[in-house]
Amino acid sequence: MNIDSLIQWIQSAIIFGTVIMYGCCGEILTEKSGNLNLGIPGTMYLGGIASLAGAFFYENACTQAGIEPNAILCILIAFVCAFGAGALGGLIFSFLTTTLRANQNVTGLTLTIFGAGIANFFGGSLNKLAGGVGQISISSTSEAFRTTVPFLDKMGSFGKLFFSYGFLAYLAVIIAILMAIFLKRSRAGLNLRAVGENPATADAAGINVTKYKYLSTCIGCGIAGLGGLYYVVDFTKGTWANDGTIETLGWLAVALVIFTTWKPLNAIWGSYLFGMLYWMYLYTGLFGFTLTRSFQPIFKMLPYLATMFVLILTSIRKKKENQPPANLGLPYFREER
Amino acid sequence: MSAAVTTKTKEPFLRIAKREGLNPWKAWGIRGIALICALLLCALFVFALTKLNPLDVYSSMAKGAFGTTRRIWITLQDTAILLCVALGLAPAFKMKFWNIGGEGQILVGGITTAACMIYLGDLLPLWLNIIIMVVASSLSGALWGLIPALFKAKWNTNETLFTLMMNYIAIQLTAFFVSKWENPFGSNSVGIINPDTKGGWLPEIGSNRMVSPYVLPVAIVLILTVCMFFYLRNSKHGYEISIVGDSENTARYAGMNVKKIVLRTMLISGGICGIAGFINVAGASHTISTNIAGGRGFTAIIVAWLAKFNAFVMIFVSLLLIFLEKGASQIASDHGLNNEASEIMKGIILFFVLASEFFINYRLIFRKKDKKEA
Repeated sequence: MNIDSLIQWIQSAIIFGTVIMYGCCGEILTEKSGNLNLGIPGTMYLGGIASLAGAFFYENACTQAGIEPNAILCILIAFVCAFGAGALGGLIFSFLTTTLRANQNVTGLTLTIFGAGIANFFGGSLNKLAGGVGQISISSTSEAFRTTVPFLDKMGSFGKLFFSYGFLAYLAVIIAILMAIFLKRSRAGLNLRAVGENPATADAAGINVTKYKYLSTCIGCGIAGLGGLYYVVDFTKGTWANDGTIETLGWLAVALVIFTTWKPLNAIWGSYLFGMLYWMYLYTGLFGFTLTRSFQPIFKMLPYLATMFVLILTSIRKKKENQPPANLGLPYFREER
Repeated sequence: MSAAVTTKTKEPFLRIAKREGLNPWKAWGIRGIALICALLLCALFVFALTKLNPLDVYSSMAKGAFGTTRRIWITLQDTAILLCVALGLAPAFKMKFWNIGGEGQILVGGITTAACMIYLGDLLPLWLNIIIMVVASSLSGALWGLIPALFKAKWNTNETLFTLMMNYIAIQLTAFFVSKWENPFGSNSVGIINPDTKGGWLPEIGSNRMVSPYVLPVAIVLILTVCMFFYLRNSKHGYEISIVGDSENTARYAGMNVKKIVLRTMLISGGICGIAGFINVAGASHTISTNIAGGRGFTAIIVAWLAKFNAFVMIFVSLLLIFLEKGASQIASDHGLNNEASEIMKGIILFFVLASEFFINYRLIFRKKDKKEA
C-alpha cells in the first residue's frame, strides 16, 4: 500500500468533508425546528459568492491603495459576508414558510435556484462589474484561511494528516460538537426539539414557536453559508467556477443529514466518509486496480448509493431514536387544530 | 395620547384568519399581481446592473426569444420540452409525492433513446424505431420513478431525497455511456448521432427549414398536455390523486388502495419525464450528454406548482420561464453579463408567487381604529 497516496486521499476527503459538514450541521439545526430546508445548496452558493465578493472588493481596494491586504481583516470580512448571506437566505425561507406558510419543499428548491443564479451570475460578472481586472482571485484571503498551525504541519505524515488544514476545518468539528451539546443538554435545545416534534404542544407549553423556527433556520443557514466560504477559499483556492460543484456538495450535505440520523456528532465522521467515497475513483490504485476512464462514473455513484442505502435502512428499521423530527416539513398554524 | 390608544382588551394590530373558497378568478388575479410585482423587481435588478431603461431591456429580451422565425420555433420547442417534464411531475406533486428526480428520469429516457439511435438507427425503418424509442424511453423513465415509489409504498422511505439521489446516479450513468459511445475517440462527448443518415431523428414536418424540425416535438407535447389536463380533472385516477394529495387518511378511509395509486402515478410521472428525454435527444439535440436535462427537472417543479397543476396554465408558465431564459441570454450577450440572470429572475418570480398564496388562503384583519382617536 502506498502511504503517500493514502494520506493524499484522506486529506482531500477532509477538505471535501468540511464543506458538507458545515452544510449538514446547519441543516440539522434547521430541521430540528421542523423546517425542511431544501435551499441548503442555494445558501451555500450565497455564502460562497458573498465571501468571494467581499474579499474581492477588499483586496481590490488594497491593491489600488497600494497596501498589502491585512490577513485578519480578510478573514473577518469573508467570514461575516458568508454567514450574513447564508442567514439572509434563511430569512427569506423562514419568512415565506413560517410567516406566509408557503410550502417548504417548493420554497427550498426556489431558494436553491435563486442562490445558484445569484452566485453564478455574480461569479461570472464580478470581474466585469469591478471594471475588468482579469481573473477574479482572492489569493490573500485564501492564503489567510489556509494558514496552518506553524511547526505542527511539519511533523511528517501525522502532521500532514491532522494539521495541514486552515482553521475552518477545525471550526466545523467544533461547531458539530457544540451543536450536539446544545441540542442534548441545553434548555433552548430541548425547546427547539420540542418545536420540531410537536409545535402545538410546544406552543401550549409557552415556547415561542415562530421565534425558534426563525432563529434556528437563520443560524443554520448561516452555518451552511460557511460551507460555501470554505468551498471558495480552500476547495477552489480562492477562485470561482460556474460548474455547479457547490450545488452537488449542497445536496450531499442534505443527504448527509439523513445519513447522520439528525445527530451532529455523526456528521463529523459521516462527512469524511462521504469525502473518501467521493474521491475513491482517483485512488483505486490503493486497492490494486486502476479504473479506465469509462468506469470512473460508476465509482462516482458511491456517495449517493451510500445515502440511499442508509435512507432505506433507517426507514426499514424504524428505530425511534433515528427518526426525523415528527413535524418535519409541515407548516404550523396555531388556529388550525 | 397614549391613554387613548390603549384599550381594555388588547387586540393585536394584525390578525390572520383562514379564507374560505375564494373566487378562482380573484385567486388568479392575486397571482397575476404577484407576477407583475416580481417582474418590476426583476426590471429594477437589471436596471441596477446595466443602467438601461427596463423597457428597453424587456424589448431586447423579446427580441432574443421571438426575434426571428427560427428563434420563435426554438423558443416553442424549449417550452415544449420544459412543459413535458412539468406534465410528468404534475400528477406526482399533486399527490404530494415530492418527485424531484425529474432530472434523472429525463436522463435515463435520453440514454435509452440514444442507444436506440446508435444501435438501431440505421437498421430499422424510422417509424418502427420511433415506436421502440418512445416505449423504451418511457419505460426507463418509469422504472427510474418506480424505484423510489416502491420504497415509499413499502417502508415510507423519504422520497424527496431518494429521487434526488437517483438524479446523481443517472448523471453518472450518463457519463458512463457517454464515454462508452464517445465519438471521436478521446473527445469525451458523443457528438451528433448519425449526422448523415439522420437515423432515429424525429422527422421534419413541412418544407420551411426554419420551422420543420420543431413542429413534431411541439405537437407531441401539446397532445400530451390535453391528455394530462383531462386525466387530472376528469378521470377516476385524477380524482384519486387529488384525494391522496389532500389527505392520505381520507383516501384510505374511502377504501382507496393508496400504495397502488402511488406506484401507478409514479410510473406515469417517470414515464412522461422519460419521453421528455426522448424528445430532447431524438428531436432537439440529437446527442446525449450529462447536460441534456439542464436543470429542467427542477424548473418544471416551479412550472407545475405555479400553474396549480392545471395543464393549460402550465403552457403559459413554461413559456414565461423559457422567455426569461432566452431573454436573459440576449441581454447577456448584448451587455456582456452572463446569462444566469434568468435563474435569479425565476427565483424572484417564484418567491413572489409563493408569497401570494398566503393572501389567497388567508385574510388579514387589521385592528379597528379606536373611536376616540378617529
